[in-house]
Amino acid sequence: MSTTLPHPDLDVQTNYLNAGYGWKSWLFTTDHKRIALLYLFSITAFFFVGGAFAVAMRINLLSPTGVFGHDTYNKLFTMHGVIMVFFFLVPSIPATLGNFLIPPMIGARDLAFPRINLLSWYIYIVGGVMALTAIVRGGVDTGWTFYAPFSSTYSNTHVILAAMGVFVAGFSSILTGLNFIITIHTMRAPGMYWSRLPLFVWGHYATALIQVLATPVLAITLFLLCLERLLSAGIFDPGLGGDPVLFQHLFWFYSHPAVYIMILPGMAVISELVACFSRKAVFGYGFVAFSSVAIAVLSFLVWGHHLFVAGQSMYASMVFSFISFLVAVPSAIKVFNWTATMYQGSVSYDTPMLYAFGFIGLFTIGGLTGLFLATMAIDVHVTDTYFVIAHFHYVMVGGMVMAYLGGIHFWFPKITGRLYPEGWAKFAALVIFVGFNLTFFPQFILGYLGMPRRYATYADEFHTLNVMSTAGASILGIGYLIPMIYLAWAWRYGPKSPQNPWGAKGLEWEQSPTPPPTFNFVTPPVVTEPAYNYSGEKEEVELG
Amino acid sequence: MGSFSIFPPRASTTAGEVDALYGFLLLVGIAMTVLIFFFVFFFAIRYRRRGPEDRPKAIHGSIPLEIAWSVIPFLIMLVMFGWGTKLYFENYTPPPRDTLDIYVIGKQWMWKVQYPGGQREINELHVPTGRAVKLTLASEDVIHSFYIPAFRLKHDVVPGSYQTYWFEPTKPGRYHIFCAEYCGTNHSRMIGWVTVMEPAHYQEWLSGGSTGETMAAQGEKVFEQYGCVTCHVLDQDGRSPSLRNVFGKPVQLDDGRTVVADEAYLRESVLNPNAKTVKGYHRDIMPVFQGQIGEQSLMQLIVYLKSLSDAKPGDEASK
Repeated sequence: MSTTLPHPDLDVQTNYLNAGYGWKSWLFTTDHKRIALLYLFSITAFFFVGGAFAVAMRINLLSPTGVFGHDTYNKLFTMHGVIMVFFFLVPSIPATLGNFLIPPMIGARDLAFPRINLLSWYIYIVGGVMALTAIVRGGVDTGWTFYAPFSSTYSNTHVILAAMGVFVAGFSSILTGLNFIITIHTMRAPGMYWSRLPLFVWGHYATALIQVLATPVLAITLFLLCLERLLSAGIFDPGLGGDPVLFQHLFWFYSHPAVYIMILPGMAVISELVACFSRKAVFGYGFVAFSSVAIAVLSFLVWGHHLFVAGQSMYASMVFSFISFLVAVPSAIKVFNWTATMYQGSVSYDTPMLYAFGFIGLFTIGGLTGLFLATMAIDVHVTDTYFVIAHFHYVMVGGMVMAYLGGIHFWFPKITGRLYPEGWAKFAALVIFVGFNLTFFPQFILGYLGMPRRYATYADEFHTLNVMSTAGASILGIGYLIPMIYLAWAWRYGPKSPQNPWGAKGLEWEQSPTPPPTFNFVTPPVVTEPAYNYSGEKEEVELG
Repeated sequence: MGSFSIFPPRASTTAGEVDALYGFLLLVGIAMTVLIFFFVFFFAIRYRRRGPEDRPKAIHGSIPLEIAWSVIPFLIMLVMFGWGTKLYFENYTPPPRDTLDIYVIGKQWMWKVQYPGGQREINELHVPTGRAVKLTLASEDVIHSFYIPAFRLKHDVVPGSYQTYWFEPTKPGRYHIFCAEYCGTNHSRMIGWVTVMEPAHYQEWLSGGSTGETMAAQGEKVFEQYGCVTCHVLDQDGRSPSLRNVFGKPVQLDDGRTVVADEAYLRESVLNPNAKTVKGYHRDIMPVFQGQIGEQSLMQLIVYLKSLSDAKPGDEASK
């Protein structure tokens, strides 16, 4: 640690990017901001790998008889799911923006455990390399859900390698969560009370709780799966005396909370964007903060809604259905509060805010269609069809990826010290919005018409809607490439950013130079006002 | 391709009910979406930034509003929950009357269907209108899911257990059967057709495909072939309980519990007899048949045992 301390007479020109050069200064760094960038580049790579699989899937579905053949298609959707869920969505916002921003937002020099932070990136890479190796050696065909006994007994693909890749990557997620919880508890600057924490930090705190508590269950499940596959231990395969539904209970005990690992950080970003670009305190700060924690707690009690047709007791299903409706309440509270935040505000249409608009709209559709799936009699018809696919992508791509891109644009000046070209950025946001809806909206209709998911070939009457979806996907694909290009260009050639280009509140903008020095602050920050004090009120305001 | 509709054909009594609920959810969903989109656009335009020095006054929230937009959506969701749950219970609880029982076995990658009269089909299911049909589903390998979009119903077919569901077809025609749970290479080819017929046509069709031997008769052969008959002497309780009039009746177990002898109980008692031993009989006398008997023979055996009982499915529910 001592080797990276800045020189005593601080030169404001020294920042975390030019504090050291050469590969060692990156691969052995303990600076949370550099680790965030390591994550940023790795998850971007995984995003484009997972995206390439999606493009191939959409090409296959151009024809009712398929293009690539059954086994290839089965591997494509499996690897798309595994890569996107475990190696992009789960780490996406927490490991990049969260890692970069939580310390400066709470006024800390770094995370509580900088070396564990670096370790978690290495663990993630090891897990990712294992998954990529499984792909290169021929792929996996179980679906990202790894349902037994197909995965444990019947599949002839590289199940163990892929499952162990996910198993390993899980430890990275646990360590990141642990680091965040301890940092937020112990390293807040003087005056940074819990009631003054930015909602970005609240959202990540709730996420971290789920990461720490749920991920071990996934690890156990995948470990048992590999045990059965290797040693024929009868755990899930009824032929060996096991119970296949047990696998689903264990898997969803992690994987339903995990969808909140994926969406809560997105909500966290949106709270920041809406406040900044409306120049208003977030409406109902206390409710938005508390709703994150409520979602985190309730998320552990809804897993059985994935088993309404799997032979689960009807009364258990009823309870799970009810709690699934309950968890919709805090999500709705967030949407209403963001909307109300704009009331009598000063709303600007900068790119990050366009993404926030997109998030609110698409997450609303994603959330409302979640109610369809919580309604048991509807779920019986649409579960395991494209309706579920559309719902999931409205939340995860329409919600999470929109929030991620909004956040990347918002903090791009902070991260790089440069400004991106606003015109191109707005154009790309529009292309992504149009492409997204054209891709996934037809899938709601396909689902209710009865097209099952994971079908390499399909009945003729589903052809038109599938062609529309593929057309949308090609627009969406181009939409994602445009920001890659102009952001890479702006990182090198963009105009220099002032310290606080948006006039945003928050320690990371107001008291930390842009880009920040290695330890974030030149002088230790002190907090004297509540979060989002855009109106400049002097006195502390009661919550609610 | 015909005219475009967002609804698949409606061919069972449940289809219309599910569509009505779906319509309600669509209505609420669209209303909520329009409401939120309206306010987002309205606020974004009405309160757009007029100049760089804009400093709007803070509004920190409103408890009445927070309560309103928590409680009102929750009440609407209670309606969805109540309606959806009621329909689900109706659709998954077999009706208390005589059902037409049909047996379906899923295996990679086909559906094998057998009728009580002994007729067999692959990837085809024939059912009459106006009668409750109960499917008993078993799998020989991985999990499948027997999905008939025109009936708005599906159920996973889980290896190692029997799953059942019922429906009442209303409209003659041919409708898709899809496997809805991913099951390997030819998952998307594990498809078939359900043919709904008028009762008169159905009788005609049944007699045309008859093999001469009913499922119960085939089951009786299995009963002899596996030597069950040596211990389970009919009408006489010896080393083992008599199996006449067992199906659908309560059975007293040696641990004091009482269970109803349904298909799942009979299945377990054949495959793993020591799991639930009948009161007054010794454990470990009957051999374990797990892995010794195929799903098809087992189903025939159970149909045979059902034929030995005068209990109707309704008795079970009314107890």
